[in-house]
Amino acid sequence: MTALKPGVNGQGLSATLPDHVRYSIEGVSKVYAGRQVLQIDRMDIRRGEILALVGPSGAGKSTLLRMLNFLEPPSAGRIRYGDFEYGPNGEAPLATRRQVTTVSQRPVLLNRAVQANVHFGLHLRGQRKAARQVDAALQQVGLAHLARQQARTLSGGEAQRVALARAMVLQPAVLLLDEPTANLDPYNVGLIEQIVRTLNREQGMTLVLVTHNIFQAHRLAHRVGFMLDGRLVEVADTQTFFEAPVDPRTAAFVRGDMVY
Amino acid sequence: MFSTLIGVPVGAALGLTRFMGRKLLVAFMYTGMGFPPVVIGLFVYLMLSRSGPLGQLNSPLIPALFTPGAMIIAQTIIAFPLVAGFTMAAVMSVDPQLRQQVQSLGATTWQTAWTVITEARIGVIVAVIAGFGGIISEVGAVMLVGGNIEGRTRVLTTAIVLETRKGNFELAIALGLILLGITFVINALMLRLQGKAIDT
Ligand SMILES: Nc1ncnc2c1ncn2[C@@H]1O[C@H](COP(=O)(O)OP(=O)(O)OP(=O)(O)O)[C@@H](O)[C@H]1O
Ligand SMILES: [Mg+2]
Repeated sequence: MTALKPGVNGQGLSATLPDHVRYSIEGVSKVYAGRQVLQIDRMDIRRGEILALVGPSGAGKSTLLRMLNFLEPPSAGRIRYGDFEYGPNGEAPLATRRQVTTVSQRPVLLNRAVQANVHFGLHLRGQRKAARQVDAALQQVGLAHLARQQARTLSGGEAQRVALARAMVLQPAVLLLDEPTANLDPYNVGLIEQIVRTLNREQGMTLVLVTHNIFQAHRLAHRVGFMLDGRLVEVADTQTFFEAPVDPRTAAFVRGDMVY
Repeated sequence: MFSTLIGVPVGAALGLTRFMGRKLLVAFMYTGMGFPPVVIGLFVYLMLSRSGPLGQLNSPLIPALFTPGAMIIAQTIIAFPLVAGFTMAAVMSVDPQLRQQVQSLGATTWQTAWTVITEARIGVIVAVIAGFGGIISEVGAVMLVGGNIEGRTRVLTTAIVLETRKGNFELAIALGLILLGITFVINALMLRLQGKAIDT
């Protein structure tokens, strides 16, 4: 299915999104080398929410995040963000792209000092001096003492936290987190979860969190979406998702006896 | 010099982009990397000679044979594939996910390209050293195209050849040492740059 269903957005095709909707995903699919890996008919991401995405490996979670960050356009359908429509071959204006950033699944740091890495996004925006923000962000992730260390000498968990600090200093409208606590010890998992809550509460930041840890989804998210084989099986308020899921596959996944 | 100015951007472009005909260009470049410089010298000679296609144009922009200009052209052609080839390899060895990460942090197309090149800086410096090594050790092409005219197109390598032939071994050895010294100093400077690149 490549075309949009007429009913989905027959009216108001060019109307701006309602205020509480951050993204509207409409008939979006992604094809790599002839293989369709993602197909979402309809999904909204609300402004100021923490949305967790769960689902087995290969479900298309990271692929969806790349599209939400406007790094790869959908093969069909469109993603609406404010007045901007991201469709096939689309390219987001720089100002739009700069409202969103991703902490990727595998942290990719530049071969520079830690503080230069955290400064990087601000530097791209022409802010040459930002020592205070950089220090504050490193402080928050508990790495102030490593500011001068070379990024390539960091441990996996340290690198992951530097990647988070690097995204945080930008104060984006939307922060996309792809398994941000995968390499962390329990203490640091707690630290990062607290940061996520604070960013959401105090800055009203919209967060999309991909996680394999359904307990983490339960602890943090307002809503949870379950993805399977490139499809969004179900998205619901956290309580409903865990206590009364509609789809039997979601129920099986939540119970932990999903076979994949 | 010129090869660096052209070679680094071309190499980076080849490493960063995918377009039609790229494979062909890369194949040409690899051929160029292993090309005997004398043959390039011969080619430039034939092009620039009075009866050659470019020599006939008599344009002020095209240097005549046996001038420093002609030598620069030959040297540029010799070093360009080396610089471009090594630069491309260096740029391509940078983590492919780095580009998306940099874009995700808000980089423009140019900022992204520049960041990838600076991440490949160690390899890019190697590329420039390789190009420089190709040029400074070159004799045949330079002799053909430059003519080894004293005070004008005689360079260290060609002077060494001449003095050795004349039997002035001491002078030849002295010149050889000077050449070695220059090469060493320049490479050392590059390595320092590289060291800095690693540390920062
Ligand atoms: N650039 C690409 N080219 C080809 N196939 C790709 C590409 N990126 C992703 N895929 C495929 O798309 C599917 C979805 O990948 P994706 O990374 O989105 O999964 P995921 O849900 O994030 O999985 P995980 O939990 O393991 O991170 C996978 O089958 C993957 O092989
Ligand atoms: Mg993933």
